[in-house]
Amino acid sequence: MSASATNSAAVPPGLAIARQLPDLMQPVKVRRGVLGFLRNNPTVAIGAALLLCLMLIGIFAPYLGTVDPTAIAPAKRMRPPSELYWFGTDALGRDVYSRVMFGARVSLTVGLSVALLATLAGLAIGLVSGFVRWADAIIMRIMDGLMSIPPILLAVALMALTRGSVRNVIMSITIAEIPRVSRLVRGVVLSLREQPYVDAAIASGTRMPMIILRHILPNTLAPLLVQATYVCASAMIVEAILSFIGAGTPPTIPSWGNIMAEGRALWQVKPFLVFFPAAFLSITVLAVNLVGDGLRDALDPRMAKDL
Amino acid sequence: MASYILRRVLVTIPVMGIVALFVFSLLYIAPGDPAAVIAGDQASPADVERIRQSLGLDQPFLVQFGGWLWRILHFDLGTSIFTNLPVTSLIAQRIEPTLSLMMLTLALTLVIAVPLGVIAAWKAGSLIDRVIMAFAVSAFSLPVFVVGYILAYVFALELEWFPVQGYTPLADGFWPWLQSLVLPTIALGSVYIALIARITRASMLEVLQQDYIRTGRAKGLGQPSILFIHALKNAAVPIVTVIGIGVALLIGGAVVTESVFAIPGVGRLTVDAILRRDYPVIQGIVLMFSFLYTLVNLMVDVTYTLIDPRIRY
Amino acid sequence: MVLLEVEDLQTHFRTPEGINRAVDGVSFHVDEGETLAIVGESGCGKSVTAMSLMRLIPEPPGKIAGSVRFRGRDLLQLSDREMRAIRGNDISMVFQEPMTSLNPVLTVGRQIGETLRLHQGLDKEAAEARAIEMLTLVGIPEPARRVREYPHQLSGGMRQRVMIAISLACSPRLLIADEPTTALDVTIQAQILQLMLDLKQRVGAAVILITHDLGVVAEVAERVMVMYAGRKVEEAPVAELFRNPRHPYTQGLLGAVPRLGSSLTGAARRLAEIPGQVPNLKRRIPGCAFAGRCSLATDLCREVAPGLEEKSPRHFAACHFARKDAIAA
Repeated sequence: MSASATNSAAVPPGLAIARQLPDLMQPVKVRRGVLGFLRNNPTVAIGAALLLCLMLIGIFAPYLGTVDPTAIAPAKRMRPPSELYWFGTDALGRDVYSRVMFGARVSLTVGLSVALLATLAGLAIGLVSGFVRWADAIIMRIMDGLMSIPPILLAVALMALTRGSVRNVIMSITIAEIPRVSRLVRGVVLSLREQPYVDAAIASGTRMPMIILRHILPNTLAPLLVQATYVCASAMIVEAILSFIGAGTPPTIPSWGNIMAEGRALWQVKPFLVFFPAAFLSITVLAVNLVGDGLRDALDPRMAKDL
Repeated sequence: MASYILRRVLVTIPVMGIVALFVFSLLYIAPGDPAAVIAGDQASPADVERIRQSLGLDQPFLVQFGGWLWRILHFDLGTSIFTNLPVTSLIAQRIEPTLSLMMLTLALTLVIAVPLGVIAAWKAGSLIDRVIMAFAVSAFSLPVFVVGYILAYVFALELEWFPVQGYTPLADGFWPWLQSLVLPTIALGSVYIALIARITRASMLEVLQQDYIRTGRAKGLGQPSILFIHALKNAAVPIVTVIGIGVALLIGGAVVTESVFAIPGVGRLTVDAILRRDYPVIQGIVLMFSFLYTLVNLMVDVTYTLIDPRIRY
Repeated sequence: MVLLEVEDLQTHFRTPEGINRAVDGVSFHVDEGETLAIVGESGCGKSVTAMSLMRLIPEPPGKIAGSVRFRGRDLLQLSDREMRAIRGNDISMVFQEPMTSLNPVLTVGRQIGETLRLHQGLDKEAAEARAIEMLTLVGIPEPARRVREYPHQLSGGMRQRVMIAISLACSPRLLIADEPTTALDVTIQAQILQLMLDLKQRVGAAVILITHDLGVVAEVAERVMVMYAGRKVEEAPVAELFRNPRHPYTQGLLGAVPRLGSSLTGAARRLAEIPGQVPNLKRRIPGCAFAGRCSLATDLCREVAPGLEEKSPRHFAACHFARKDAIAA
């Protein structure tokens, strides 16, 4: 900016004037809002997009050029991928492509259901544990005990005692995931309980349910949401593992784990039987993890104000 | 410090008791009739009744639990329905491959994951960081057996560098033993490495923001000193915690990895037991691994005292 | 003898809200063995100035420009390795928060000895012996026992003494103390200040003392520099500044200091506040940075940034209204 006089001020001669030093760098363009966030974090956008595609596949499976995934055609066994059978056929002549497409339903259903149920149950248990001291001791002992059993083994043991069905798979995995979620919620509740504004609310006569609703819940939502995505990803993998070792969804229902289990015996000669469901499962889990990571970064309090 | 350790040990005992209670109760909380499920669809009512008796479901819970607990303390984990052999001996026969696999994986993970995490934190935001984290999230998303199959396909089938399956006992020589375990270890470790690398990075990033790191820089210390002497020790507690928790992944993953690579370990035993609905075997294995896991976490607690001088009371 | 000469120092940060011009053209010097105080309110750039001298500013969001000549060498031009050889050795720094500035997992002795081993090549035993000496020097009782303890076993005052011991271990020529007593209790403050004065005498180091507390300045400093909004607005010997502040901001600062006993003598008056707030450093300020809060400001002030002028011997101020004293014939 020049030091020349404007119409309102005449610069007296001999006035000491500071030298203007240049800026050292250019400002960076900041992108705001949800769209801006997605552009800053392309991986999250990709993850969300992939997830959407896979959900659509699951929903519209019958219309995606598939045939009955359970239709057995022994004459057409073990064909490699071709124009007629895009992913080939398996040991019983079933079309692998159709099975994979329908398999999306099972995996996504299991993942989302477990995430939802574990989150709700964990939230309830965590709230009770955080607020009711005597219950806390008991509940935490129980949760510690549950957490001491490696999740897959717990699910295996439960599945060994029940008939194989998608519902039982969901229940087994949910039980294995609840302790972690409840711990998370309890942690948030315990730390929030100490906050001055909670004391203030109690002092001003607010009833407990209101306090929970107004002050505690909003603060649990962010970490809970992030945790829910990780639970979803974990559940899908556990379901696949369970099905793979024969303790998961029954063979009549195509799930990605099942398809891989069936292709297992012959994978050395016909790797595509394992490869296609594996690819779909991996991409789905990756998509969920990317979304979870992105949510975690977005809901970091420092970035929260940008959204 | 000794009192801290003693207290942790004392706390662990009731936890193990609860674990035992849980594992035992699974039989009772499962919906439906477990005896019928185990006996199978083709079983006659007499068979189901026989199963019910052998599982002890016909007697009151506490009696059964008491008896079971007593046997556990004598290292008697029950009898396999299918083979009529004691579960304990079945496990003992298969334990070496599984332990070898788990130990090797743990070692591999520590050697690879922690430095990766430290580097990623040091160069946070750079290309290296992004690459490492991209690798981590991908490895985290691939189920263990998928990685196993890919490795087996590329390195065993195509390149023939390693055996496709099977296990060579240590008694038969160190190198053959190692060779048979390379691919399974990498497969099992992939998820674990990703997990530890991520937590290492996150923990290091937090520590690097602290004031004492600034003091270290003001003293003229170079980057290696700051990272590995000043920062890592402070970052270690969450990392060690996750290493402990991650052992659960190792255990679960071992079951699957042994299946992929046909390793005759406890994991295979589990899979076979599932196929045959041999519940006592499953129960015994779950109990054993749960105790192992509890012990691992106890060791983690003790390790804290070595790392952080503030945790000594 | 000039020890440190800073010219046109600028430190800018790239933030999501724009460029933060934390230090925007500051020049000053420090002679051997003298104590210069840098005062100003929070956010005026004094800490950033100190960190810039040591090049402790993270360079991706930040950038430093200008020249910082220490014994003839421009520190801003040195390589990383050369700079590291200087830090903790020729120039060292004491920070504000003693509770968090020491590494909790390393012993006190180890943290003091580190600089000695690094810069003077001492081995473990020699370093520990020197560390015990330093602990004695800074007045910590039972030094042989303390040297093996961890920071959390010491009180705040003791930790700050340890920080001082660390900073003086290699007998630096220049010690930068960034608000060393602010986080301490008042009684401890006096002790620490006294300690610093004594040690300064013994070691012969020059000190740059950064503080917002004018009381501390009066006790310890020989020359004072006042900063506002990233710029230097006044500089003078201590007594002169207190007697005859030229810049309206300095006058405001001094007017806001409560006088002990003033209510008894009847001289009590309302503490003068400086209205307004520190300007947003992310916008370019064309004229005087203080114009928005100054009662004397005119359009000239808002358009033309005043430069530093020697208003009376060794007393510089940047204000269009501070009249230059006629030079005695």
